[in-house]
Amino acid sequence: MSFQPVKFYQTGTFTVGNRLLPDAERSVQANMRRTNSLNSGHRACQGCGEALGARYAIDAAMNATGNRLVAANATGCLEVFSTPYPETSWQIPWIHSLFGNTAAVATGIAAALKVKAKSDVRVIAQGGDGGTTDIGFGCLSGMFERNDDVLYICYDNEAYMNTGVQRSSATPPAARTATTMAVGSEPGNPFGQGKNLPAIALAHDIAYVATATVAELRDLEAKVTRAMEFRGARYIHIFVPCPLGWGHASHDTIRIARLAKETGLFPVFEAENGEIVSVSKIRHRLPVEEYLRPQKRFAHLFSPQPRAQVIAHLQAIADRNIRKYGLCEENAQ
Amino acid sequence: MLKQTEGSHAVAEAVALCRPEVICAYPISPQTHIVEALGEMVKSGELANCEFINVESEFAAMSVAIGASAAGARAYTATASQGLLFMAEAVFNASGLGLPIVMTVANRAIGAPINIWNDHSDTMSQRDCGWIQLFAEDNQEALDLHIQAFRLGEELSLPVMVCMDGFILTHAYERVDLPTASQVDAYLPPYLPRQILDPAEPVSIGAMVGPEAFMEVRYLAHAKQMQALGLIPGYAEEFRSVFGRDSGGLVRAYRAEDAETIVVALGSVLGTIKDTIDEMRDQGAKIGALGITCFRPWPLAAVRAALAGAKRVVVLEKSLAVGLGGIVSNNVRTALATQDTPVHTVIAGLGGRTITRDSLRKAFAQAFAGRLEPLSFLDLDHAAVDRVLAREREVRRSGPIAEALLRERGVPGARVG
Repeated sequence: MSFQPVKFYQTGTFTVGNRLLPDAERSVQANMRRTNSLNSGHRACQGCGEALGARYAIDAAMNATGNRLVAANATGCLEVFSTPYPETSWQIPWIHSLFGNTAAVATGIAAALKVKAKSDVRVIAQGGDGGTTDIGFGCLSGMFERNDDVLYICYDNEAYMNTGVQRSSATPPAARTATTMAVGSEPGNPFGQGKNLPAIALAHDIAYVATATVAELRDLEAKVTRAMEFRGARYIHIFVPCPLGWGHASHDTIRIARLAKETGLFPVFEAENGEIVSVSKIRHRLPVEEYLRPQKRFAHLFSPQPRAQVIAHLQAIADRNIRKYGLCEENAQ
Repeated sequence: MLKQTEGSHAVAEAVALCRPEVICAYPISPQTHIVEALGEMVKSGELANCEFINVESEFAAMSVAIGASAAGARAYTATASQGLLFMAEAVFNASGLGLPIVMTVANRAIGAPINIWNDHSDTMSQRDCGWIQLFAEDNQEALDLHIQAFRLGEELSLPVMVCMDGFILTHAYERVDLPTASQVDAYLPPYLPRQILDPAEPVSIGAMVGPEAFMEVRYLAHAKQMQALGLIPGYAEEFRSVFGRDSGGLVRAYRAEDAETIVVALGSVLGTIKDTIDEMRDQGAKIGALGITCFRPWPLAAVRAALAGAKRVVVLEKSLAVGLGGIVSNNVRTALATQDTPVHTVIAGLGGRTITRDSLRKAFAQAFAGRLEPLSFLDLDHAAVDRVLAREREVRRSGPIAEALLRERGVPGARVG
């Protein structure tokens, strides 16, 4: 009988359910008393990054607030797959009003709780990238500017997935969507200036801004937990791959998310009171091609003939992120 | 307490007496004085236990009110005109969710062309949004209707719009009787929400509803508005017993008992109409008026009963259903569907055009003589319109519409009225 030596390689990583860690450092999801705030039985697609991100984020927020939590939800996949009447997956007080007003609804809830002397109950607003960076942008900026006591979480899957994969202002350049088809001389989404919402949130000088991915769920939990230690407006931007919209295998959601971080295309950082306080370093720097190739939305960059210039342009964006946020150790650059 | 004050201030004081807990404010004329006054009351501490939030748009104003109301707070906002349209999606949402928000609409025209003056285009555009719509005739009634609105809305878990004519009421200084806090407290119980976002009893509000139940949810909204028809007269009666005056109700008739001609209208123009009726009565004309206080729900039976004896009905309305004619008059026709009483639509006062007694008298006299068209426009400059139309026939590039008309009418400031 042969034995394989056990490697306790999880120690020091953010791997979920790590029972080698002291209780206080363990993942919320590993806890038998986790709240299952977004309960099983909902109708998300297989491999949905948003469902995964929301489950971890909200359970972590529940854990941080002693289960005193209210959530406002924008229209979108998360709202639709979690609540087809008469079923709901939400085990927390939850309201969906409209697509573009979630931050304002959350402001109203926070105001009501304040006036009712129930400020121990905390408020989360959540939505997809369309509901956050496009149609809900005005309300979000207003909430930031007034410093209302709300944590806003954006689950960014880089397009309008609920309506069938249309471009949003979070869609990356060159990506194919239903409204930026892979046809013509410049297939996919045009190269614009982009709308970097974490940076815009940072520019509001709010108490807490962080980015996270579903590849590092313990990091995500830690950031939600940290966010709940602050009062006032806070923002967490979570990178959530969408197998349906991006055209990758549903078992690759976490891998794709990790590749986005490891290539430098999605910088993972944390900022407090307007200043970046920590950055998740890239462990194994990879060319953007590694990230692009497994996704059908970028297939036109590789066949029928490779579009080296476009890939180089995307690589330049990743390189700039790495420089700007210091994503690599000095000697690794 | 009797007080000589601006309509907006009277409303602000009435709203404050209703102990609102969250007020959202976004400036738009002619509503702004109301939220300014409330903001000062909150900041000075005169209005305690209230959050006053300066939002970034009317859409946000209604959305903050939605969140506040769903979390169990008594929520209030005010708007007008473009602001009401900008928040329209949230306006429908508030009623769809059954949240008893109270909102003042200082009635103002809708552009283009941009116009800040009074008519009813804004609230008429939202007549089917599921809110109860009450129209104030004067500042006393505007003040009183707000107190009744919170009572009615919270009882039914439906939002209520109190409509008051922009500038004509909001900016007019009149004597009003301001109630005391104890009177309002006796009339308006604390808000007990039917649904609330509470960690102790988590609920999902605003879940997706498919074809299997959507019809029923919409029917319930209708059924609730029908319940309002039953509640409103009782609340007006109770209001009289507490405050000692008549305010609110569904409809109010004026010298209509033996009237052969009844003029139907909403809002402040009823004052001018009543004066005209008094003059015409003095000359022997059998004319009266019916003021519609509650426009949504439409008090069909009350309107039918009030108009039963009339030989003809003239609906004077400050809004225009472009391509059809009158909005209020179509509702009146529904109430008179089983009778052959002729219903005349007179569109008047759009964009603040002055409605004079003289013009009203002429229109009503035409009605007596059987010469009033089914649809007419009070004091419309037909010649100017005809010249614009003629020019459009001759010149392809006839230019911007409003500019072409203003050129025909001369300096607009010289032609008010």
